[in-house]
Amino acid sequence: MHTNDQLKSLSTQVRRDILRMVCAAKSGHPGGSMSSTDILTVLYADVMKHDPAAWTRDGKGQDMFVLSAGHLTPVYYSELARAGYFPVSELATFRQFGARLQGHPSVRKDLPGVFQASGSLGQGLSAAAGMALGKKLDGDENFVFCLCGDGESEEGQIWEAGMFAVHHGLDNLIAMTDWNGQQIDGPVSAVAGEGDLSEKWQAWGWRVIIADGHDFDSIRSAFELARSGKGSGKPAMILFQSDMGHGVDFMAGTHKWHGTVPKPEQLEDALRQLGETPLGDF
Amino acid sequence: MKKYIDTGKKDTRSGFGAGLLEAGRRDSRVVALTADLKGSLKMGDFAAEFPERFIQCGIAEANMVGAAAGLAITGKIPFIGSFAEFVTGRVYDQLRQEVSYGKTNVKIASSHAGITLGEDGATHQTMEDIALMRALPEMVVLVPCDYNQTMQATLAAAAYDGPVYLRFGRPSVPNFTDPNEPFVIGKAYILNEGADVTLLAAGHTVWEALQAAEALEAEGIRAEVINVATVKPLDEKTLLESAAKTGAVVVAEEHNMAGGIGEAVAGLFARTSPTPVEFVNGGDRFGQSGTPAALMQAYGLDAAHIAAAAKKVLERKK
Repeated sequence: MHTNDQLKSLSTQVRRDILRMVCAAKSGHPGGSMSSTDILTVLYADVMKHDPAAWTRDGKGQDMFVLSAGHLTPVYYSELARAGYFPVSELATFRQFGARLQGHPSVRKDLPGVFQASGSLGQGLSAAAGMALGKKLDGDENFVFCLCGDGESEEGQIWEAGMFAVHHGLDNLIAMTDWNGQQIDGPVSAVAGEGDLSEKWQAWGWRVIIADGHDFDSIRSAFELARSGKGSGKPAMILFQSDMGHGVDFMAGTHKWHGTVPKPEQLEDALRQLGETPLGDF
Repeated sequence: MKKYIDTGKKDTRSGFGAGLLEAGRRDSRVVALTADLKGSLKMGDFAAEFPERFIQCGIAEANMVGAAAGLAITGKIPFIGSFAEFVTGRVYDQLRQEVSYGKTNVKIASSHAGITLGEDGATHQTMEDIALMRALPEMVVLVPCDYNQTMQATLAAAAYDGPVYLRFGRPSVPNFTDPNEPFVIGKAYILNEGADVTLLAAGHTVWEALQAAEALEAEGIRAEVINVATVKPLDEKTLLESAAKTGAVVVAEEHNMAGGIGEAVAGLFARTSPTPVEFVNGGDRFGQSGTPAALMQAYGLDAAHIAAAAKKVLERKK
């Protein structure tokens, strides 16, 4: 287990990776990547049972993860690289022609750590549910994790998956929502009137846990609580309250950085704000 | 010409049900999912023998596709079953991302395809599904012609490593192929040899093409009948050899023109050896309620229309 200081340092490094990646690619999605950074840092550093060196796509004997909100590749690839799935230097190839680090996750480039393609929203939770059911059929006691966006949860298929996971008793499925309240066109409340996700997931029959997506103690205990539901017959949904663009003052709390790339001087400013780890390349 | 005996009318979907059960017995990785159409898809025997491997998804096809992909990633061989429209057009993007682009070993069991779904009418009668599935990169598209071949095609799909679209139908139709002949993916089956005109067909139109060939024979026209049971990848060699021999081709399918087998074949000939082709298909329109036989006749898909198309293409050959 890592200390909070260690996690903070890791997260800061990941946020720096995110900004460098999208600036190098001149495209990509920094806002949601930075709201979910602390969650995924804890997940990959301390929660998931996984062995990057022995990774295989069938995930046998390991925990598995699906990024349903597939546009969050900057944070995803950084977490995978920092966890040892591939060289950190490869982050510089993000979105480049021929790269394994496709704009949205691909299984066609043999990138270790990626179990399923995603990007067209609302589909990853179904795949994660299928993986969880596969593990049940195989007697594999490990978990399947899945990260969704709150904007993404406007997709009807998310709720189809919600019904399916309860009906089939998938208590080895731990879903997370990066509940940052923002989507491309504006605040979620203004765009779609999604309402209270907590009430909705409870009504669907899930074990619902609400946590602070930027507080490492809160994140850690949310995962512990979620894992403790094994045997309950119910899947768990952790709603992580978070801020889009968290960690950089001019990017925080607005939808405007969903898919916008900082200008060079803004990158410099942002990296200075994230200066708790040494400067330098990836 | 070679005689084919109808050993008793059977629905091709029951051939799928029998094939699924046998595939399940042969390989414990085979699982079956449906969206509230277990009975229609004839999955009942599989579900009874392997209850833990039968996964009811409710009327939620999009999730069914994703769940099947997830199961495949963990090493299962999932068959997802629904009506053709609901397991193609309704979930095209899910099939594209989760199955095709996602390279998952999912088998799409597509029943009640085409106009012969009958009385339910146009909302349920897809005449576009082959076009959609052909368009997906690397997707294997199988259209077996009767009960026996559908059973064998199901076994072949289960044994094949990769996504497969398996199209079959609702009505009882003649059952005439060898029940023990293994289905070979990528092979077009020459059912009758002839030198004057080539009749290409798949699914329910194969029997119609055989009837058309008999009628043509009575008029002295020797038709070669080929069952294009694998629509993608096409058995190019067999098709080109036949076209080189006859110099005239008819393509008969229970599907619309756009993106169908006819256009696939025409593309092949245009690239290699231009050959006159006549098309027997639904054209560019929707179906409607009616009995399967009435609809096949009204939409121009029966033996009489195939024979007429053969004469027309023979005129063009001259």
